Amino acid sequence: MNRTTKDTIIKNLTGVSVLLILFVIVSMLVVIFVGGWKNLTWEFLSRFPSEGMTRGGIFPAIVGTALMTMIMTVAAVPFGAITAVYLAEYASGKSILAGTIRFAVKTLAVVPSIIFGLFGLGFFIKFVGVNMDTLLYDGALHWGQPNLLWASFTMALLTLPIVIVSVEESIRTVPREVREASLALGATKWQTIRKIVLPGSITGILTGTILAISRGAGEVAPILFTGAAYYLADLPHSPSDQFMSLGYHIYIMSTQSTNVDETLPIQYATTLVLLLLTFSLSMVAVVLRSRIRKKAR
Amino acid sequence: MKKSKKNRESVQADHRTELAQFITKKQFRFSDWIAERVIRIVAFLSITIVVLIFVFVFRETLPMFRNRVQPVNLTQETGVASGPLQPETYSPDGQEPEVEMKPEVYGVEPESLSTGNLEEDTVPADKSGDPGQYAVNENRRAISTFMSRDWQPVSDNPRYGMVPLFLGTLKVTLIAILFAAPISILAAIYTALFAPARIREYIKPAVELLAGFPSVVIGFFALMVLASFFQQIFGYSGRLNAFVGGFAMALAAIPVIYTLTEDALTAVPRTYTEASLGLGASLRQTAFQVILPAATPGIFAAILLGIGRVFGETMIALMATGNAALISANPFDSVRTLSATIGAEMAEVVFGDTHYSVLFLIGSLLFIFTFILNALAEFYFRNRIIRRLQGKNG
Repeated sequence: MNRTTKDTIIKNLTGVSVLLILFVIVSMLVVIFVGGWKNLTWEFLSRFPSEGMTRGGIFPAIVGTALMTMIMTVAAVPFGAITAVYLAEYASGKSILAGTIRFAVKTLAVVPSIIFGLFGLGFFIKFVGVNMDTLLYDGALHWGQPNLLWASFTMALLTLPIVIVSVEESIRTVPREVREASLALGATKWQTIRKIVLPGSITGILTGTILAISRGAGEVAPILFTGAAYYLADLPHSPSDQFMSLGYHIYIMSTQSTNVDETLPIQYATTLVLLLLTFSLSMVAVVLRSRIRKKAR
Repeated sequence: MKKSKKNRESVQADHRTELAQFITKKQFRFSDWIAERVIRIVAFLSITIVVLIFVFVFRETLPMFRNRVQPVNLTQETGVASGPLQPETYSPDGQEPEVEMKPEVYGVEPESLSTGNLEEDTVPADKSGDPGQYAVNENRRAISTFMSRDWQPVSDNPRYGMVPLFLGTLKVTLIAILFAAPISILAAIYTALFAPARIREYIKPAVELLAGFPSVVIGFFALMVLASFFQQIFGYSGRLNAFVGGFAMALAAIPVIYTLTEDALTAVPRTYTEASLGLGASLRQTAFQVILPAATPGIFAAILLGIGRVFGETMIALMATGNAALISANPFDSVRTLSATIGAEMAEVVFGDTHYSVLFLIGSLLFIFTFILNALAEFYFRNRIIRRLQGKNG
């Protein structure tokens, strides 16, 4: 075979793999859009499930997911941002501590999500929760069971590395000259970080937050046994209540429901809602991130 | 080379910053001191979390091993309360009761077994020896069934054979990686080397959008669409099987492998490409004979992390693999993976039960496995790629 033909064949082969991946993405989007679009009405979004979950809407699942991601964000973003500040500003490249922290963050990023669920059950519920009950409620079951707070905290651990990575990346784009100018004017290191570095990397913090929300809203495995409920007649009133979640709703409806075929439109529409949520969030994050990368160049 | 230059630059920068600090000579500020302490402590948190995960996931498996010596304690505790009764319950030679009690254990409903176990956990002193006895026998027997070929945790005679779960997980992982690795590596090669500069900027974010699909959505897609689609093509009987699950998990692994491979390829210095092209090699020859070999350790690391992603994937496994713990080499048979077993059964077990501990044991194994994979990818392969790019033998 002649060299140029071989070149063309190989080049096309690699090009085709990109197209294949894009094709899968598009076909998933199309299938779920077509399947769920006609059921995506205001009633569906604003009603409780009814008639044994075969009719009605997904309002409590939306509220539950929103509450869970809110608590998760409040827990994950400050810790993630501070760790990123440490890694970018204080940790010198060769220090063992910094290397260990980096490795720990990477480990957290690859630990399977179900392990976080087990950890949430073993640590938050069975250790922290049960001990809180013993101290505060004389052993009456209050915190020592699956609930919204523990599920959110579990999810916060899962999303922590996402926040850390994107905040650190954007802190590194703050130009050295600006930092040095601040230091030269007599500002301390912490003043420089607070007044110059953090405001300069606000896009990164925002990207990290959005990515974390997108990931947290879609994950199901960590909340399987730390707080998600199959069906609740009421919205959660306090962090110690269980909650319904969109992802868990999809899982339950498509595998455990007694009448899978009848609820098919509901399943597609719920999947569409979740997908719209996570997908639009990650699109925004991608745009923000590419802006950061342009700035870095 | 690029790396070391960067390092040198940052070292210089550090010196400059230190110099600046020295010249301006800051006075001590308490708020600064507090802020820096807080930052250091919080940064330490991520290490703490990893340690805690290991400790607490493993801690929940302990009752299984600990209960084996429980009868000794029980004899002592209850021996005071009910005196002469004990020796009858526990026959003089310590090993005997297991054999004696076995028929009883088999006959008893699993529910009563587990409640007995639970009560024994919380209030050991005011129970007679019997629940403890059941627990001991059950735990010992559970451990002895680990290597068996059936996973039947909920039955009169529970068996916890992890062999089918391990083999099932390996099978699904293999299928997923066979799909994901070639396609994502080829796609990464296109993105990094062949794509026109204008398109390149859009391809990477577009492919990475695949990471924006929650795994439950991919699982749903596999359950509703892929399962029927593959059934029509291959004409097998069970809709959900290892093949469907593996394919769906490949969708989850593709963004991981693709991104890391692309990074490894672009990290190869431009001088390599230019030297090769300058010698008259074509772009394809440069790609496959110069850049790809230089980036091999990075690509291996990418595949390892892809394996880690698939190995621990829960929702797709739960929804698309059929969840029957069979041992077979046929890719169109149903499988039950380790993580899916945890996900499916944890909600139904009694806390503190043997079954509960076994599920946590599986979790510990999964955690250790992904930890090792990550450490390998991080230290072994990263060091190799750095050394190779610096021109030393890797």
